[in-house]
Amino acid sequence: MIINGVQIDDTFAEAFNMRGTRVIITAQNLKWAYHAANAMTGFATSVIGCGVEAGIERELSEHETPDGRPGVSILMFAMGSKVLMQQLETRMGQCILTCPTAAAFAGIASEDKINLGKNLRFFGDGYQTSKLFRDANGIAKRYWRVPVMDGEFLCEETTGMVRAIGGGNFLILATSQPAALAAAEAAIVAMKKIPNVIMPFPGGVVRSGSKVGSKYKTMFASTNDAFCPTLKGTTNTELSPEIESVMEIVIDGIGFEDIAESMRVGIQAICDLGKSSGVKRISAGNYGGKLGPHHFKLHEIMGNPTL
Amino acid sequence: MTALTFTLNKQLLFNINCSAVNPSNLAKKSMSEIASILINHGKNQLRVDEIFEITGKDTQNILFKNTNNKLDYLGANMTSGCVTVEGDAGAYLGFGLKNGKIHCKGNTQAFAACNMISGLIQIDGNTGDFLGGASSGLRKGMRGGTVIVKGNAGDRTGDQMRRGLILIEGDAGDYCASRMIAGTIGVLGEVGDYACFNMKRGTLLLTRLPTLHATIQDCGSHTLPFLNLMFKSFAPFNTKFSNIENPRVQRFVGDAACNGNGEVLLLLQGQ
Repeated sequence: MIINGVQIDDTFAEAFNMRGTRVIITAQNLKWAYHAANAMTGFATSVIGCGVEAGIERELSEHETPDGRPGVSILMFAMGSKVLMQQLETRMGQCILTCPTAAAFAGIASEDKINLGKNLRFFGDGYQTSKLFRDANGIAKRYWRVPVMDGEFLCEETTGMVRAIGGGNFLILATSQPAALAAAEAAIVAMKKIPNVIMPFPGGVVRSGSKVGSKYKTMFASTNDAFCPTLKGTTNTELSPEIESVMEIVIDGIGFEDIAESMRVGIQAICDLGKSSGVKRISAGNYGGKLGPHHFKLHEIMGNPTL
Repeated sequence: MTALTFTLNKQLLFNINCSAVNPSNLAKKSMSEIASILINHGKNQLRVDEIFEITGKDTQNILFKNTNNKLDYLGANMTSGCVTVEGDAGAYLGFGLKNGKIHCKGNTQAFAACNMISGLIQIDGNTGDFLGGASSGLRKGMRGGTVIVKGNAGDRTGDQMRRGLILIEGDAGDYCASRMIAGTIGVLGEVGDYACFNMKRGTLLLTRLPTLHATIQDCGSHTLPFLNLMFKSFAPFNTKFSNIENPRVQRFVGDAACNGNGEVLLLLQGQ
Protein backbone atom coordinates (compact mmCIF):
# COMPACT_ATOMS: atom_id res chain seq x y z
CA MET A 1 0.00 0.00 0.00
CA ILE A 2 1.29 3.47 -0.89
CA ILE A 3 -0.34 6.66 0.42
CA ASN A 4 0.86 9.95 -1.06
CA GLY A 5 4.17 8.37 -1.96
CA VAL A 6 4.75 6.77 1.47
CA GLN A 7 4.86 2.98 1.58
CA ILE A 8 2.74 1.28 4.26
CA ASP A 9 4.18 -2.15 5.07
CA ASP A 10 1.89 -5.17 5.10
CA THR A 11 2.52 -5.90 8.76
CA PHE A 12 0.93 -5.38 12.13
CA ALA A 13 1.63 -3.88 15.54
CA GLU A 14 1.34 -6.36 18.34
CA ALA A 15 -0.23 -5.18 21.60
CA PHE A 16 -1.01 -6.76 24.93
CA ASN A 17 -3.54 -6.52 27.74
CA MET A 18 -3.07 -3.96 30.47
CA ARG A 19 -5.07 -2.40 33.29
CA GLY A 20 -5.76 1.29 33.02
CA THR A 21 -7.20 4.20 34.93
CA ARG A 22 -7.90 7.88 34.44
CA VAL A 23 -7.38 10.65 36.99
CA ILE A 24 -8.49 14.26 36.66
CA ILE A 25 -6.08 16.78 38.13
CA THR A 26 -7.28 20.32 38.76
CA ALA A 27 -5.54 23.34 40.20
CA GLN A 28 -5.86 27.09 40.60
CA ASN A 29 -4.81 27.45 36.96
CA LEU A 30 -3.57 25.29 34.09
CA LYS A 31 0.05 26.06 34.89
CA TRP A 32 -0.18 24.32 38.25
CA ALA A 33 -2.37 21.54 36.92
CA TYR A 34 0.39 20.81 34.41
CA HIS A 35 3.07 20.97 37.13
CA ALA A 36 1.16 18.29 39.06
CA ALA A 37 0.34 16.18 36.02
CA ASN A 38 3.86 16.34 34.61
CA ALA A 39 5.29 15.21 37.94
CA MET A 40 2.79 12.37 38.21
CA THR A 41 3.41 11.11 34.69
CA GLY A 42 7.17 11.59 34.86
CA PHE A 43 9.35 8.48 34.67
CA ALA A 44 6.41 6.51 33.32
CA THR A 45 7.48 5.69 29.78
CA SER A 46 7.55 1.91 29.91
CA VAL A 47 6.40 -0.79 32.29
CA ILE A 48 9.78 -2.45 31.77
CA GLY A 49 11.56 0.01 34.03
CA CYS A 50 8.92 2.36 35.43
CA GLY A 51 6.14 0.08 36.61
CA VAL A 52 3.51 2.06 34.75
CA GLU A 53 3.06 3.91 31.49
CA ALA A 54 1.33 7.26 31.94
CA GLY A 55 0.67 10.45 30.12
CA ILE A 56 -1.51 13.51 29.89
CA GLU A 57 -4.56 12.74 27.78
CA ARG A 58 -5.90 16.27 27.33
CA GLU A 59 -6.65 19.63 28.91
CA LEU A 60 -9.99 20.16 30.62
CA SER A 61 -11.86 23.44 30.87
CA GLU A 62 -13.55 24.70 34.04
CA HIS A 63 -16.84 23.27 32.77
CA GLU A 64 -15.43 19.75 32.45
CA THR A 65 -13.94 19.32 35.91
CA PRO A 66 -15.78 18.36 39.11
CA ASP A 67 -14.65 21.40 41.10
CA GLY A 68 -15.01 23.97 38.32
CA ARG A 69 -11.29 24.70 38.06
CA PRO A 70 -9.05 24.12 35.02
CA GLY A 71 -7.32 20.78 34.83
CA VAL A 72 -5.94 17.90 32.82
CA SER A 73 -6.80 14.24 32.55
CA ILE A 74 -4.15 11.60 33.04
CA LEU A 75 -4.19 8.03 31.79
CA MET A 76 -2.10 5.43 33.57
CA PHE A 77 -1.52 1.82 32.52
CA ALA A 78 0.18 -1.17 34.14
CA MET A 79 0.50 -4.88 33.48
CA GLY A 80 -1.65 -5.74 36.50
CA SER A 81 -4.06 -4.19 38.98
CA LYS A 82 -1.72 -4.56 41.96
CA VAL A 83 1.09 -2.61 40.33
CA LEU A 84 -1.34 0.00 39.08
CA MET A 85 -2.72 0.53 42.60
CA GLN A 86 0.74 0.80 44.12
CA GLN A 87 2.03 3.20 41.50
CA LEU A 88 -1.10 5.35 41.57
CA GLU A 89 -0.99 5.78 45.33
CA THR A 90 2.74 6.49 45.36
CA ARG A 91 2.53 9.03 42.58
CA MET A 92 -0.58 10.65 44.07
CA GLY A 93 1.20 11.03 47.39
CA GLN A 94 4.44 12.41 46.03
CA CYS A 95 3.21 14.44 43.06
CA ILE A 96 -0.39 15.61 43.62
CA LEU A 97 -0.62 15.90 47.39
CA THR A 98 2.58 17.94 47.32
CA CYS A 99 1.67 20.26 44.44
CA PRO A 100 0.20 23.64 45.44
CA THR A 101 -3.56 23.99 44.88
CA ALA A 102 -3.84 20.61 43.11
CA ALA A 103 -6.85 18.33 43.60
CA ALA A 104 -7.55 14.87 42.16
CA PHE A 105 -10.77 13.24 41.00
CA ALA A 106 -11.85 9.98 39.42
CA GLY A 107 -11.82 10.18 35.65
CA ILE A 108 -13.40 6.90 34.70
CA ALA A 109 -16.39 4.93 35.94
CA SER A 110 -16.02 1.22 36.60
CA GLU A 111 -17.14 -1.41 39.06
CA ASP A 112 -13.45 -2.08 39.75
CA LYS A 113 -12.22 0.66 42.05
CA ILE A 114 -8.70 1.60 43.06
CA ASN A 115 -7.64 3.96 45.79
CA LEU A 116 -7.09 7.59 45.00
CA GLY A 117 -7.38 9.42 48.31
CA LYS A 118 -8.54 6.52 50.45
CA ASN A 119 -5.17 6.06 52.15
CA LEU A 120 -3.70 9.49 51.42
CA ARG A 121 -6.21 10.87 53.89
CA PHE A 122 -4.15 9.56 56.78
CA PHE A 123 -1.63 12.30 56.02
CA GLY A 124 -4.22 14.50 57.73
CA ASP A 125 -3.31 12.95 61.09
CA GLY A 126 -6.89 12.89 62.29
CA TYR A 127 -7.82 16.34 61.01
CA GLN A 128 -8.98 14.93 57.66
CA THR A 129 -12.69 15.00 56.91
CA SER A 130 -14.79 13.31 54.29
CA LYS A 131 -17.82 14.49 52.38
CA LEU A 132 -20.28 12.44 50.38
CA PHE A 133 -21.79 14.27 47.40
CA ARG A 134 -24.03 13.10 44.60
CA ASP A 135 -22.95 13.96 41.08
CA ALA A 136 -25.24 15.08 38.25
CA ASN A 137 -26.23 11.43 37.68
CA GLY A 138 -27.19 10.96 41.31
CA ILE A 139 -24.21 8.74 42.08
CA ALA A 140 -22.81 9.27 45.57
CA LYS A 141 -19.07 9.91 45.67
CA ARG A 142 -16.85 10.31 48.69
CA TYR A 143 -14.22 13.01 48.82
CA TRP A 144 -11.45 13.55 51.35
CA ARG A 145 -10.35 16.92 52.61
CA VAL A 146 -6.85 16.81 54.00
CA PRO A 147 -5.54 19.94 55.73
CA VAL A 148 -2.21 21.03 54.21
CA MET A 149 -0.13 24.16 54.49
CA ASP A 150 -1.68 25.90 51.46
CA GLY A 151 -5.24 25.19 52.59
CA GLU A 152 -6.93 21.88 51.87
CA PHE A 153 -6.00 19.00 49.60
CA LEU A 154 -9.19 17.68 48.02
CA CYS A 155 -9.23 14.17 46.59
CA GLU A 156 -11.90 11.69 45.58
CA GLU A 157 -11.71 8.43 47.51
CA THR A 158 -11.39 6.08 44.52
CA THR A 159 -11.24 6.00 40.77
CA GLY A 160 -12.24 3.31 38.30
CA MET A 161 -9.94 0.68 36.84
CA VAL A 162 -10.65 -0.83 33.42
CA ARG A 163 -9.16 -3.37 31.04
CA ALA A 164 -6.93 -1.65 28.52
CA ILE A 165 -4.42 -2.29 25.76
CA GLY A 166 -0.76 -1.32 25.63
CA GLY A 167 1.91 -1.50 22.99
CA GLY A 168 0.15 -0.26 19.88
CA ASN A 169 2.88 1.19 17.68
CA PHE A 170 4.19 2.17 14.29
CA LEU A 171 7.64 2.92 12.91
CA ILE A 172 8.60 5.89 10.76
CA LEU A 173 11.42 5.13 8.33
CA ALA A 174 13.01 8.24 6.82
CA THR A 175 16.05 9.33 4.86
CA SER A 176 17.38 11.50 7.69
CA GLN A 177 17.06 11.94 11.45
CA PRO A 178 15.48 15.44 11.16
CA ALA A 179 12.99 14.09 8.62
CA ALA A 180 11.98 11.16 10.85
CA LEU A 181 11.59 13.42 13.89
CA ALA A 182 9.58 16.07 12.01
CA ALA A 183 7.23 13.37 10.76
CA ALA A 184 6.88 11.93 14.28
CA GLU A 185 6.07 15.36 15.66
CA ALA A 186 3.37 15.86 13.03
CA ALA A 187 1.89 12.49 13.91
CA ILE A 188 1.87 13.28 17.65
CA VAL A 189 0.06 16.57 17.08
CA ALA A 190 -2.71 14.71 15.26
CA MET A 191 -2.82 11.79 17.70
CA LYS A 192 -3.13 13.99 20.79
CA LYS A 193 -6.60 14.97 19.58
CA ILE A 194 -7.84 11.39 19.99
CA PRO A 195 -9.39 10.61 23.39
CA ASN A 196 -8.65 7.53 25.50
CA VAL A 197 -5.03 7.14 24.36
CA ILE A 198 -1.60 8.32 25.43
CA MET A 199 1.83 8.14 23.84
CA PRO A 200 3.91 7.63 26.99
CA PHE A 201 7.46 8.21 25.71
CA PRO A 202 9.26 11.59 25.71
CA GLY A 203 7.37 13.87 23.37
CA GLY A 204 5.40 10.77 22.39
CA VAL A 205 8.32 9.36 20.39
CA VAL A 206 10.75 6.46 20.99
CA ARG A 207 14.13 6.20 19.32
CA SER A 208 15.22 3.03 21.11
CA GLY A 209 12.78 0.42 19.93
CA SER A 210 13.65 -2.97 21.38
CA LYS A 211 13.59 -6.64 20.50
CA VAL A 212 12.99 -9.46 22.95
CA GLY A 213 16.20 -10.98 24.39
CA SER A 214 19.88 -10.18 24.22
CA LYS A 215 23.28 -11.77 23.94
CA TYR A 216 23.72 -10.77 27.59
CA LYS A 217 21.99 -13.10 30.03
CA THR A 218 20.83 -10.33 32.37
CA MET A 219 19.06 -8.41 29.62
CA PHE A 220 15.56 -9.45 28.52
CA ALA A 221 15.27 -6.69 25.92
CA SER A 222 17.87 -5.07 23.73
CA THR A 223 18.20 -2.75 20.76
CA ASN A 224 16.11 -3.60 17.73
CA ASP A 225 19.16 -4.11 15.49
CA ALA A 226 17.06 -4.93 12.41
CA PHE A 227 15.86 -1.29 12.43
CA CYS A 228 19.16 0.36 13.45
CA PRO A 229 20.41 2.27 10.40
CA THR A 230 24.07 2.17 11.49
CA LEU A 231 23.99 -1.63 11.48
CA LYS A 232 22.61 -2.09 7.98
CA GLY A 233 25.70 -3.90 6.79
CA THR A 234 26.21 -6.16 9.77
CA THR A 235 22.79 -7.45 10.77
CA ASN A 236 19.69 -8.98 9.22
CA THR A 237 18.38 -5.54 8.46
CA GLU A 238 14.82 -4.44 7.66
CA LEU A 239 16.08 -1.21 6.15
CA SER A 240 16.74 -0.28 2.55
CA PRO A 241 19.95 1.63 1.76
CA GLU A 242 18.37 5.11 1.72
CA ILE A 243 16.89 4.81 5.26
CA GLU A 244 19.02 6.71 7.73
CA SER A 245 16.74 7.06 10.77
CA VAL A 246 13.76 5.26 12.35
CA MET A 247 11.42 6.62 15.02
CA GLU A 248 8.70 4.70 16.82
CA ILE A 249 5.43 5.90 18.33
CA VAL A 250 3.96 3.70 21.04
CA ILE A 251 0.30 4.00 21.99
CA ASP A 252 -1.57 2.80 25.09
CA GLY A 253 -5.34 3.08 25.14
CA ILE A 254 -8.57 2.13 26.79
CA GLY A 255 -9.91 0.19 23.80
CA PHE A 256 -8.81 -1.39 20.51
CA GLU A 257 -10.73 1.16 18.44
CA ASP A 258 -9.14 4.07 20.30
CA ILE A 259 -5.63 2.86 19.50
CA ALA A 260 -6.51 1.97 15.92
CA GLU A 261 -7.98 5.42 15.36
CA SER A 262 -4.95 7.16 16.85
CA MET A 263 -2.64 5.07 14.64
CA ARG A 264 -4.73 5.95 11.59
CA VAL A 265 -4.64 9.71 12.20
CA GLY A 266 -0.94 9.58 13.07
CA ILE A 267 0.06 7.68 9.95
CA GLN A 268 -2.24 9.83 7.83
CA ALA A 269 -0.60 13.00 9.20
CA ILE A 270 2.79 11.62 8.15
CA CYS A 271 1.55 10.61 4.71
CA ASP A 272 0.07 14.09 4.27
CA LEU A 273 3.61 15.47 4.48
CA GLY A 274 4.31 13.62 1.22
CA LYS A 275 7.29 11.83 -0.22
CA SER A 276 9.37 15.01 -0.22
CA SER A 277 9.36 15.02 3.59
CA GLY A 278 11.93 12.23 3.51
CA VAL A 279 9.61 9.60 4.97
CA LYS A 280 9.81 6.46 2.83
CA ARG A 281 7.98 3.79 4.80
CA ILE A 282 5.67 3.16 7.74
CA SER A 283 6.12 -0.18 9.46
CA ALA A 284 5.20 -1.67 12.86
CA GLY A 285 6.77 -3.73 15.61
CA ASN A 286 5.62 -7.25 16.28
CA TYR A 287 6.94 -10.48 17.66
CA GLY A 288 5.31 -12.87 15.24
CA GLY A 289 2.05 -12.82 17.14
CA LYS A 290 3.56 -14.41 20.26
CA LEU A 291 3.55 -11.37 22.57
CA GLY A 292 -0.01 -10.18 22.70
CA PRO A 293 -3.50 -10.95 21.41
CA HIS A 294 -4.17 -7.55 19.82
CA HIS A 295 -2.92 -7.12 16.25
CA PHE A 296 -3.18 -3.72 14.60
CA LYS A 297 -2.83 -4.45 10.88
CA LEU A 298 -1.59 -1.35 9.12
CA HIS A 299 -3.33 -2.06 5.81
CA GLU A 300 -6.67 -2.65 7.53
CA ILE A 301 -6.34 0.49 9.64
CA MET A 302 -5.35 2.73 6.73
CA GLY A 303 -7.86 1.11 4.40
CA ASN A 304 -10.76 1.95 6.70
CA PRO A 305 -10.87 5.67 7.48
CA THR A 306 -14.05 5.22 9.50
CA LEU A 307 -12.38 3.05 12.14
CA MET B 1 -53.07 6.57 36.50
CA THR B 2 -54.30 9.04 39.12
CA ALA B 3 -52.62 9.27 42.50
CA LEU B 4 -54.07 7.13 45.27
CA THR B 5 -55.67 9.87 47.37
CA PHE B 6 -56.54 9.71 51.05
CA THR B 7 -58.75 12.61 52.10
CA LEU B 8 -59.14 12.91 55.88
CA ASN B 9 -62.86 13.01 56.66
CA LYS B 10 -62.91 12.21 60.36
CA GLN B 11 -62.36 14.44 63.38
CA LEU B 12 -59.48 12.73 65.15
CA LEU B 13 -59.34 12.79 68.95
CA PHE B 14 -55.95 11.13 69.08
CA ASN B 15 -52.86 11.09 66.93
CA ILE B 16 -52.75 8.13 64.57
CA ASN B 17 -49.82 6.18 63.15
CA CYS B 18 -50.06 6.31 59.34
CA SER B 19 -46.94 4.24 58.63
CA ALA B 20 -49.01 1.46 57.06
CA VAL B 21 -50.22 3.82 54.34
CA ASN B 22 -47.13 4.27 52.19
CA PRO B 23 -46.23 3.18 48.62
CA SER B 24 -44.08 0.24 49.71
CA ASN B 25 -46.82 -1.18 51.92
CA LEU B 26 -49.65 -0.67 49.49
CA ALA B 27 -47.94 -2.02 46.39
CA LYS B 28 -49.78 -5.06 44.99
CA LYS B 29 -52.69 -4.58 47.45
CA SER B 30 -56.24 -4.40 46.12
CA MET B 31 -58.46 -1.44 46.96
CA SER B 32 -60.47 -3.54 49.40
CA GLU B 33 -57.29 -4.66 51.15
CA ILE B 34 -56.12 -1.05 51.41
CA ALA B 35 -59.48 0.06 52.76
CA SER B 36 -59.42 -2.63 55.43
CA ILE B 37 -56.01 -1.80 56.89
CA LEU B 38 -56.43 -1.15 60.60
CA ILE B 39 -55.01 1.93 62.31
CA ASN B 40 -54.91 2.45 66.08
CA HIS B 41 -56.96 5.39 67.32
CA GLY B 42 -56.78 5.63 71.09
CA LYS B 43 -57.98 2.30 72.46
CA ASN B 44 -59.80 1.41 69.27
CA GLN B 45 -58.81 0.31 65.82
CA LEU B 46 -60.27 1.99 62.77
CA ARG B 47 -60.26 0.88 59.15
CA VAL B 48 -58.48 3.21 56.76
CA ASP B 49 -61.74 3.90 54.94
CA GLU B 50 -63.31 5.00 58.25
CA ILE B 51 -60.67 7.75 58.51
CA PHE B 52 -60.05 8.66 54.90
CA GLU B 53 -62.06 8.88 51.75
CA ILE B 54 -60.04 6.84 49.25
CA THR B 55 -59.90 7.67 45.54
CA GLY B 56 -57.43 7.03 42.72
CA LYS B 57 -55.36 3.95 42.00
CA ASP B 58 -51.62 4.61 41.74
CA THR B 59 -50.14 3.09 44.89
CA GLN B 60 -46.69 4.46 44.04
CA ASN B 61 -48.00 8.01 44.07
CA ILE B 62 -49.92 8.71 47.25
CA LEU B 63 -51.66 11.98 48.08
CA PHE B 64 -52.96 12.97 51.52
CA LYS B 65 -55.54 15.76 51.56
CA ASN B 66 -57.21 17.80 54.29
CA THR B 67 -54.51 16.69 56.71
CA ASN B 68 -53.63 18.00 60.16
CA ASN B 69 -50.94 17.53 62.79
CA LYS B 70 -52.53 14.37 64.21
CA LEU B 71 -51.26 12.26 61.33
CA ASP B 72 -47.95 10.82 62.60
CA TYR B 73 -45.44 8.66 60.73
CA LEU B 74 -46.55 9.72 57.25
CA GLY B 75 -44.27 8.02 54.71
CA ALA B 76 -42.48 6.09 57.42
CA ASN B 77 -40.08 3.34 56.33
CA MET B 78 -41.07 3.60 52.69
CA THR B 79 -38.60 2.25 50.15
CA SER B 80 -39.99 3.67 46.91
CA GLY B 81 -42.62 5.92 45.41
CA CYS B 82 -43.85 9.37 46.24
CA VAL B 83 -45.99 10.77 49.06
CA THR B 84 -47.50 14.25 48.90
CA VAL B 85 -49.15 15.82 51.94
CA GLU B 86 -51.45 18.70 51.11
CA GLY B 87 -51.61 20.25 54.56
CA ASP B 88 -49.87 19.77 57.90
CA ALA B 89 -48.31 16.56 59.11
CA GLY B 90 -47.82 15.17 62.58
CA ALA B 91 -44.61 13.93 64.14
CA TYR B 92 -42.15 11.50 62.58
CA LEU B 93 -42.76 12.48 58.95
CA GLY B 94 -40.52 10.22 56.84
CA PHE B 95 -39.42 8.18 59.85
CA GLY B 96 -36.75 5.68 58.71
CA LEU B 97 -37.28 6.66 55.06
CA LYS B 98 -35.21 4.31 52.90
CA ASN B 99 -35.98 5.70 49.47
CA GLY B 100 -38.55 7.71 47.55
CA LYS B 101 -39.83 11.25 47.95
CA ILE B 102 -42.06 12.96 50.49
CA HIS B 103 -43.41 16.45 49.90
CA CYS B 104 -45.27 18.11 52.77
CA LYS B 105 -46.89 21.36 51.72
CA GLY B 106 -47.67 22.46 55.27
CA ASN B 107 -45.96 22.31 58.66
CA THR B 108 -44.82 19.24 60.54
CA GLN B 109 -44.40 18.36 64.20
CA ALA B 110 -41.18 17.09 65.77
CA PHE B 111 -38.86 14.31 64.62
CA ALA B 112 -39.31 14.77 60.87
CA ALA B 113 -36.74 12.66 58.96
CA CYS B 114 -35.95 10.81 62.18
CA ASN B 115 -33.70 7.78 61.45
CA MET B 116 -33.91 8.57 57.73
CA ILE B 117 -31.57 6.48 55.56
CA SER B 118 -32.03 7.78 52.02
CA GLY B 119 -34.49 9.58 49.74
CA LEU B 120 -35.79 13.14 49.73
CA ILE B 121 -38.13 15.05 52.05
CA GLN B 122 -39.32 18.55 51.25
CA ILE B 123 -41.26 20.54 53.85
CA ASP B 124 -42.73 23.76 52.54
CA GLY B 125 -43.70 25.10 55.97
CA ASN B 126 -42.06 24.90 59.38
CA THR B 127 -40.91 21.79 61.17
CA GLY B 128 -40.55 20.94 64.84
CA ASP B 129 -37.68 19.86 67.07
CA PHE B 130 -35.23 17.04 66.36
CA LEU B 131 -35.36 17.32 62.57
CA GLY B 132 -33.14 14.49 61.28
CA GLY B 133 -32.55 13.25 64.80
CA ALA B 134 -32.56 9.81 66.33
CA SER B 135 -35.50 8.08 67.92
CA SER B 136 -35.30 7.42 71.63
CA GLY B 137 -32.58 4.99 72.57
CA LEU B 138 -30.70 5.17 69.29
CA ARG B 139 -27.23 6.72 69.14
CA LYS B 140 -27.39 7.72 65.48
CA GLY B 141 -29.94 9.97 63.81
CA MET B 142 -30.41 10.53 60.12
CA ARG B 143 -28.03 8.31 58.15
CA GLY B 144 -28.48 9.59 54.60
CA GLY B 145 -30.75 11.34 52.15
CA THR B 146 -31.76 14.96 51.80
CA VAL B 147 -34.22 17.15 53.73
CA ILE B 148 -35.25 20.58 52.46
CA VAL B 149 -37.20 22.89 54.75
CA LYS B 150 -38.58 26.07 53.22
CA GLY B 151 -39.64 27.50 56.58
CA ASN B 152 -38.08 27.29 60.03
CA ALA B 153 -36.88 24.32 62.05
CA GLY B 154 -37.18 23.81 65.80
CA ASP B 155 -34.50 22.99 68.35
CA ARG B 156 -31.95 20.17 68.11
CA THR B 157 -31.88 20.05 64.31
CA GLY B 158 -29.58 17.21 63.22
CA ASP B 159 -29.12 15.88 66.72
CA GLN B 160 -26.78 12.85 66.43
CA MET B 161 -27.04 13.07 62.65
CA ARG B 162 -24.68 10.54 61.05
CA ARG B 163 -24.83 11.33 57.32
CA GLY B 164 -26.95 13.18 54.76
CA LEU B 165 -27.99 16.72 54.00
CA ILE B 166 -30.44 19.09 55.71
CA LEU B 167 -31.08 22.45 54.06
CA ILE B 168 -33.17 24.99 55.97
CA GLU B 169 -34.10 28.19 54.18
CA GLY B 170 -35.51 29.84 57.31
CA ASP B 171 -34.26 29.83 60.90
CA ALA B 172 -33.14 26.98 63.11
CA GLY B 173 -33.66 26.81 66.86
CA ASP B 174 -31.29 26.17 69.73
CA TYR B 175 -28.77 23.34 69.83
CA CYS B 176 -28.57 23.12 66.05
CA ALA B 177 -26.17 20.29 65.04
CA SER B 178 -25.91 19.12 68.63
CA ARG B 179 -24.05 15.82 69.03
CA MET B 180 -23.73 15.72 65.25
CA ILE B 181 -21.55 12.83 64.07
CA ALA B 182 -21.24 13.67 60.35
CA GLY B 183 -23.21 15.07 57.42
CA THR B 184 -24.13 18.58 56.39
CA ILE B 185 -26.69 21.08 57.69
CA GLY B 186 -27.24 24.40 55.94
CA VAL B 187 -29.25 27.29 57.41
CA LEU B 188 -29.93 30.50 55.50
CA GLY B 189 -31.65 32.27 58.38
CA GLU B 190 -30.80 32.74 62.05
CA VAL B 191 -29.54 29.96 64.29
CA GLY B 192 -30.36 29.82 67.99
CA ASP B 193 -28.03 29.39 70.97
CA TYR B 194 -25.67 26.51 71.68
CA ALA B 195 -25.11 25.60 68.01
CA CYS B 196 -22.74 22.63 67.57
CA PHE B 197 -23.07 21.56 71.21
CA ASN B 198 -20.97 18.38 71.55
CA MET B 199 -20.56 18.24 67.77
CA LYS B 200 -18.06 15.54 66.73
CA ARG B 201 -17.79 15.95 62.96
CA GLY B 202 -19.83 17.24 60.07
CA THR B 203 -20.50 20.66 58.60
CA LEU B 204 -22.88 23.45 59.59
CA LEU B 205 -23.15 25.93 56.70
CA LEU B 206 -24.44 29.33 57.78
CA THR B 207 -24.98 32.80 56.38
CA ARG B 208 -25.19 34.53 59.75
CA LEU B 209 -22.98 33.84 62.72
CA PRO B 210 -24.76 32.83 65.92
CA THR B 211 -23.23 33.29 69.34
CA LEU B 212 -20.89 30.35 69.52
CA HIS B 213 -19.71 28.98 72.82
CA ALA B 214 -16.06 29.08 73.79
CA THR B 215 -15.30 25.55 72.67
CA ILE B 216 -15.95 26.38 69.00
CA GLN B 217 -12.69 27.87 67.72
CA ASP B 218 -12.23 30.40 64.92
CA CYS B 219 -9.85 29.03 62.25
CA GLY B 220 -9.92 32.05 59.92
CA SER B 221 -11.21 32.81 56.44
CA HIS B 222 -10.52 30.43 53.56
CA THR B 223 -11.47 29.54 50.00
CA LEU B 224 -12.29 25.84 50.14
CA PRO B 225 -12.40 23.98 46.78
CA PHE B 226 -14.70 21.27 48.15
CA LEU B 227 -17.47 23.84 48.47
CA ASN B 228 -17.69 23.99 44.67
CA LEU B 229 -18.60 20.30 44.74
CA MET B 230 -21.05 20.84 47.56
CA PHE B 231 -22.80 23.71 45.78
CA LYS B 232 -23.02 21.61 42.61
CA SER B 233 -24.66 18.82 44.61
CA PHE B 234 -27.40 21.29 45.67
CA ALA B 235 -28.30 22.00 42.05
CA PRO B 236 -30.91 19.22 41.56
CA PHE B 237 -32.98 20.48 44.49
CA ASN B 238 -35.62 23.17 44.56
CA THR B 239 -33.90 25.38 47.13
CA LYS B 240 -32.27 28.78 47.51
CA PHE B 241 -29.06 26.96 48.39
CA SER B 242 -28.66 26.22 44.66
CA ASN B 243 -27.87 29.91 44.14
CA ILE B 244 -24.77 29.92 46.37
CA GLU B 245 -21.56 30.16 44.37
CA ASN B 246 -18.87 31.81 46.49
CA PRO B 247 -16.59 29.21 48.15
CA ARG B 248 -15.14 31.82 50.54
CA VAL B 249 -15.94 31.01 54.17
CA GLN B 250 -14.90 31.68 57.73
CA ARG B 251 -14.22 28.35 59.41
CA PHE B 252 -14.89 27.49 63.04
CA VAL B 253 -14.02 24.06 64.45
CA GLY B 254 -15.36 22.22 67.47
CA ASP B 255 -16.80 21.19 69.80
CA ALA B 256 -13.48 21.12 71.68
CA ALA B 257 -15.38 20.07 74.80
CA CYS B 258 -15.75 16.60 73.29
CA ASN B 259 -12.56 16.71 71.18
CA GLY B 260 -14.78 17.30 68.17
CA ASN B 261 -13.64 18.08 64.66
CA GLY B 262 -16.92 19.44 63.32
CA GLU B 263 -17.00 22.72 61.47
CA VAL B 264 -19.12 25.81 61.13
CA LEU B 265 -18.64 27.42 57.72
CA LEU B 266 -19.87 30.99 57.62
CA LEU B 267 -20.42 32.04 54.01
CA LEU B 268 -18.63 35.31 53.32
CA GLN B 269 -20.59 37.21 50.72
CA GLY B 270 -18.82 39.57 48.35
CA GLN B 271 -15.27 38.48 49.17
